[in-house]
Amino acid sequence: MIFVFFLILLMLIAAMAASVFRDLISAVIAAALVSLIASILFYFLQAPDVAMAEAAIGAALTAAIFIIAIRRTERYEE
Amino acid sequence: MRRIIAILLLIILAVGISLSLAKIPFGTPKTKVGKYYIEEGIEETGATNIVTSVVVNYRGFDTLGEVTVLFIAAIGLGAVLSTVRKKTAREIEPASLVLSTGCRVLFPLILTFGTYIFIHGHLTPGGGFQGGAIIASGFLLIYLGCRERRISRTASNLVESLGGLTFVIIGLLGLVFSGYFLLNFLPKGTANALFSAGVIPVIYIAIGFKVGSELASIIDNLIEES
Repeated sequence: MIFVFFLILLMLIAAMAASVFRDLISAVIAAALVSLIASILFYFLQAPDVAMAEAAIGAALTAAIFIIAIRRTERYEE
Repeated sequence: MRRIIAILLLIILAVGISLSLAKIPFGTPKTKVGKYYIEEGIEETGATNIVTSVVVNYRGFDTLGEVTVLFIAAIGLGAVLSTVRKKTAREIEPASLVLSTGCRVLFPLILTFGTYIFIHGHLTPGGGFQGGAIIASGFLLIYLGCRERRISRTASNLVESLGGLTFVIIGLLGLVFSGYFLLNFLPKGTANALFSAGVIPVIYIAIGFKVGSELASIIDNLIEES
């Protein structure tokens, strides 16, 4: 139970970091961390099907697509 | 001033949401249909994973719609990107030895894992969408590690179309044999066996191939562009 609260706290910190970071690559990594922790939490909530989809799509593919988009534009937000 | 108003609005929103969420008794069964799926699902569909029995059997038509949405999204992306495609071949900087060797070792394992996930969709957690997404992430690794490799666009389009066609044909066969679109017309077999649950594994294998090739071709389209 304490572990779950620790994960939720980490997820909140990562979500705030994703919106605060000026370096967009770091922001994408933080957003992927939110997805990864969400998938662990789904597993604890006994939803392994959703956890699998969240880990593959949220953490891997979405982050990759964002990074490809950042490569085409600017890395740093002014 | 504007900041104070924004904070006030946020507080009002947070209080409203938490008050309304506090009223919901989480974890208590609300609908009778959920209880029915849990109690009768395994016997009726033959799939031990109840989520799969709902997604492919009871709500199979919704899944067909979902697959169509993904298909249209992939087509739209391809259409938009094809108008701005550069014809010049650009210089490819090869990845480091560690990365290329690692991706060569990991890629077959990821493919096997994804295939396992969607073939065993009716027995264990997972299914066509999850397995397809895992396979697409394997192709993403190939694009990062072995940059000179490209998937054949014709092959991925062919696999995608065949997957969608299989889904619709199985639905129509259900219409022919049992009178309802997407009805489970194959024998259900014994639960927990690999060859059980009638059409569910067939549909999930088709979805797995379709989603995997679709997501891989989306990544391919985007990487070609950048």
